Amino acid sequence: MIYASLSTLRAALAAKKISSVELARLFLDRIARMNARINAFITVDEEKTLAAATEADARLAAGNASPLTGIPLAQKDIFCAQGWRTTCASRMLENFIAPYDATVVTKLEREAGMVSLGKTNMDEFAMGSSNETSYFGAVKNPWDEARVPGGSSGGSAAAVAAGLTPVATGTDTGGSIRQPAALCGLTGVKPTYGIVSRYGMIAFASSLDQGGVIGRTAEDCALVLSAMAGFDEKDSTSLERPAEDYSRLMDAPFAGLTIGLPKEFFSEGCDAEVMTAVQAALAEYQKLGAKTVEVTLPNMRLSVPAYYVIAPAEASSNLSRFDGVRYGYRAPEYANLTEMYEKSRAQGFGAEVKRRILIGTYVLSHGYYDAYYLQAQRARRLIANDFAEAFKRCDVLLGPTSPGTAFALGEKRADPVEMYLSDIYTIAVNLAGLPALSLPCGFDAKGLPIGLQLIGNYFDEARVLAIAHVFQRATDWHTRHPACNL
Amino acid sequence: MPLTVLEVERIAALARLEMTPDASGTARQQLNDIFSLIEILQTADTQGVAPMAHAQDVFQRLREDAVTYTDSDAAQRDLFQSIAPEVEAGLYLVPRVIE
Repeated sequence: MIYASLSTLRAALAAKKISSVELARLFLDRIARMNARINAFITVDEEKTLAAATEADARLAAGNASPLTGIPLAQKDIFCAQGWRTTCASRMLENFIAPYDATVVTKLEREAGMVSLGKTNMDEFAMGSSNETSYFGAVKNPWDEARVPGGSSGGSAAAVAAGLTPVATGTDTGGSIRQPAALCGLTGVKPTYGIVSRYGMIAFASSLDQGGVIGRTAEDCALVLSAMAGFDEKDSTSLERPAEDYSRLMDAPFAGLTIGLPKEFFSEGCDAEVMTAVQAALAEYQKLGAKTVEVTLPNMRLSVPAYYVIAPAEASSNLSRFDGVRYGYRAPEYANLTEMYEKSRAQGFGAEVKRRILIGTYVLSHGYYDAYYLQAQRARRLIANDFAEAFKRCDVLLGPTSPGTAFALGEKRADPVEMYLSDIYTIAVNLAGLPALSLPCGFDAKGLPIGLQLIGNYFDEARVLAIAHVFQRATDWHTRHPACNL
Repeated sequence: MPLTVLEVERIAALARLEMTPDASGTARQQLNDIFSLIEILQTADTQGVAPMAHAQDVFQRLREDAVTYTDSDAAQRDLFQSIAPEVEAGLYLVPRVIE
């Protein structure tokens, strides 16, 4: 049951082999035993979880269950859930009890009937690639507890990898779903920007932030994404499109697929073992009948620099709401209003968050706006145009998700620039707003998982998920679990 | 173009972040490293390229200027103020602004 697929869980619930309450207890017990070591969850509330599971059982008994009713999930602690402490892994929100539900929570829990096991750890305000910036401490990678799980959705990835939940939500601003999925041997999908509502999802960089799913398989991710996505009038950038079944292409014929290989994904800078595994995955796709074509994304070198202008600029604006007045942390001592703001923010935010606020404030300040911010937005257009050109010649792009496997805790903490470069293959996708996923495609000599990235054209997530599914039918990398006898 | 400690302190003041002299020295070093990464942008030829503010060509939807939340009773206010640092009689308390 611990590592069962969502469709297996659904069948077991439907056949009354197990109840939702029993299923929730199973995972809550594991969390109680293992979380002290992995630190994947910030908040667990057994009473709330069991109440939701009881409701799900009633729905199942009454015959008005959805395909996901009664199945447990973990929510990244960036999604507001009414009555739940929602911290965004920051001291600023350490005692924040969300007074309303994010649309993602409404859809997955209140409507689909999934049962939340708790709120997962993450980098503070989703700013990080290692989950080490959390106010609540680093998350350990279940494959090797001396290593990072990736970030910022590191708690979600570690929880799924350790068998503490079947599936978890995440958010991806520059790779925060795909990179931890890669480093923890999981499948993680970031949909097209605008597909999943951002209402109640604590904002980092609003033009890049997008909710998604981390699970074991593309099939599981597709099921959850179908329940999670959809137009929401409460999100001003939500796209008005009809609802979609993202599983619908799972059994569609695969022949005739053209895979684009961006030259920039296969040049230097990538770990040799990662490259070997990616090449082997490519060979597998060719064996399955896919054609390949080399494409180029000549402006990809601009993506990390453009991102570190645009994302901090938007963050500095979004995080200005944290002023210690209506909610959040307020410093205990201050002489006047300005000092109250300055001390509350200095004490409430961690070092990485403050660093990004400073960058953002600078690039938006008088005299620098054109040189940095507008130039970065122009570079963003060039990057998006490169993808549009590439997709004229292929159906999907393939490459590594991350240039290396999970790195040691503390290894990159002292050097922000080195940390930023670990997202080199994922960031361009967010700037363009495209859908992409990471799936497991092998292991390095240390036994650490390697992620393969597939990037689709706008609104093509059903096909990208199907292409991942074809690989998962032919290989068994996604069925491996860490040997943590936790 | 490297930032000076004075500039770092000015940015921190604009961002309403208290900064000790020690912290601004460290911040200066790290910000300069990050800005040398960002400088790569200056090598891009972006003449005639329209800035891209958003992933999709979206525009803000408009709606009727009408009340959509009717739940404006005291209970709703209490719920939202229950998470505030300091409130009194339905008001948020801050230090005196006007002397």
